[in-house]
Amino acid sequence: MDFPERLKYTKDHEWLLVDGSTGTVGITDFAQSELGDIVFVEMPEIGAFLEQGKSFGTIEAVKAVSDLFAPVSGEILEVNALCKDHPEQINKDPYGQGWLVKIHISDVHQIDQLLDVDSYRQLTGK
Amino acid sequence: MKRTPFFDMHTALDAKMTDFAGYDMPVQYAGIIEEHLAVRNSVGIFDVSHMGEFIVEGTSAAAFLQHVTINDVTKLFPGRIHYTALCYEDGGIVDDLLVYKITEEKYMLVVNAGNIAKDWEWLSGHLPDGVKLTNRSDEIALLAVQGPHSLPMLQKLTPIDLSLIPYYHFCKGTIAGIPMIISRTGYTGELGFELYLESSHDAAQSVWDSLFEAGKEYNVQPIGLGARDTLRLEMGFCLYGSDIDATTNPLEAGLGWITKLNKKEFLGKNALLKVKKEGVKRRLIGCTLPGKTIARHGYSFSCHGVTVGIVTSGTFSPSLQKGIAMGYVDSVILPGEEHLAVSIRGKDIPVTTATIPFLKK
Repeated sequence: MDFPERLKYTKDHEWLLVDGSTGTVGITDFAQSELGDIVFVEMPEIGAFLEQGKSFGTIEAVKAVSDLFAPVSGEILEVNALCKDHPEQINKDPYGQGWLVKIHISDVHQIDQLLDVDSYRQLTGK
Repeated sequence: MKRTPFFDMHTALDAKMTDFAGYDMPVQYAGIIEEHLAVRNSVGIFDVSHMGEFIVEGTSAAAFLQHVTINDVTKLFPGRIHYTALCYEDGGIVDDLLVYKITEEKYMLVVNAGNIAKDWEWLSGHLPDGVKLTNRSDEIALLAVQGPHSLPMLQKLTPIDLSLIPYYHFCKGTIAGIPMIISRTGYTGELGFELYLESSHDAAQSVWDSLFEAGKEYNVQPIGLGARDTLRLEMGFCLYGSDIDATTNPLEAGLGWITKLNKKEFLGKNALLKVKKEGVKRRLIGCTLPGKTIARHGYSFSCHGVTVGIVTSGTFSPSLQKGIAMGYVDSVILPGEEHLAVSIRGKDIPVTTATIPFLKK
């Protein structure tokens, strides 16, 4: 199971890649593995505002549905269109082609509240 | 948690395990969709050893089963199986099960894992003199081999001509030299067999290895409970605890075909006759969903904004590539109602009623 060091993590199994004030959000390898085959993702439109810790969408896997939680607050700059048509990309490449949204991080201090790779790994017990 | 004799084989395959009715069972190996399609297109092997097996024997065995089950046991002959149910006096379902007629005075009941203790108590409470009931669940292992290539694959391992075993029939024989009951049954809608064998680690390992070796040319795959659920749901087969339980009766669940109201007497008959006479209050229906939305157990059905029922099973159908669901709707909703919706996260999503099975074969 893959746990990239460059990312920040939430206890709800999302990851955040920070590049200045832009953040890319996805779900972790552990999350996709737990969910199994993902068939449908529901995400907001560009311009929508995400609030840290609040649900911003859902992921439907064959066996269960799961909420997506915003790792930090911010406005959506981009939604990964590939995941709308090919949600299996999230299973195949959760940290690459399977990213979900890009946001403009409204408060960079929120990043400090996220888990680093070691803490997240510990949380998953892997 | 209890383990089946195939537990080591699941962990060796790195299966994702889950607690199912107190058993540590494989929920998936390669992934639900891949496993599902392997069964539809070729062949898959399921460990379903958690299922319960009771032996009923004695001169009054048939009379006892005729009393406690809703199907007509007198129609069975040695080697014949049928699907049936145990009902409470009020018509609610204790369990759904298979009855195997072994001899005139000996039957095997195959019951749901989650209901073993309850069924045992229920049957014991109605047991007359001259009938012996034995719980063999811990001594019997069960594998299901399902899919269009199940027959040629298994044929390599047995001297019995498997093509001569009709659907819902069984015989005793050997597979890979191990004695077992070979039953032409399954929970997938595909050509398939279920193999009942002695629950020992050695026999289990030996049969498992032989099956996978024989199945290599068909790209046989191990199948978990996840795909077992999507496969059965495409066929509209009821799952106890989801679609049927003590609060549902067989007539509303679409199980009228196993409810033999012309039998002289059986537990639940009076209540079911009344339901039949007055008409069911609700019916189990099927529907498909738009796009890839998925309805789940417990979601509400509505019609013009009024709640009219509840979803009991729902999933993504790998064969049809869309959401499918079953559930109960009030009888005022007619088949083919065009304004039925399912409430998903606060939104009423219009659904299309569908005849069961969803997958026409």
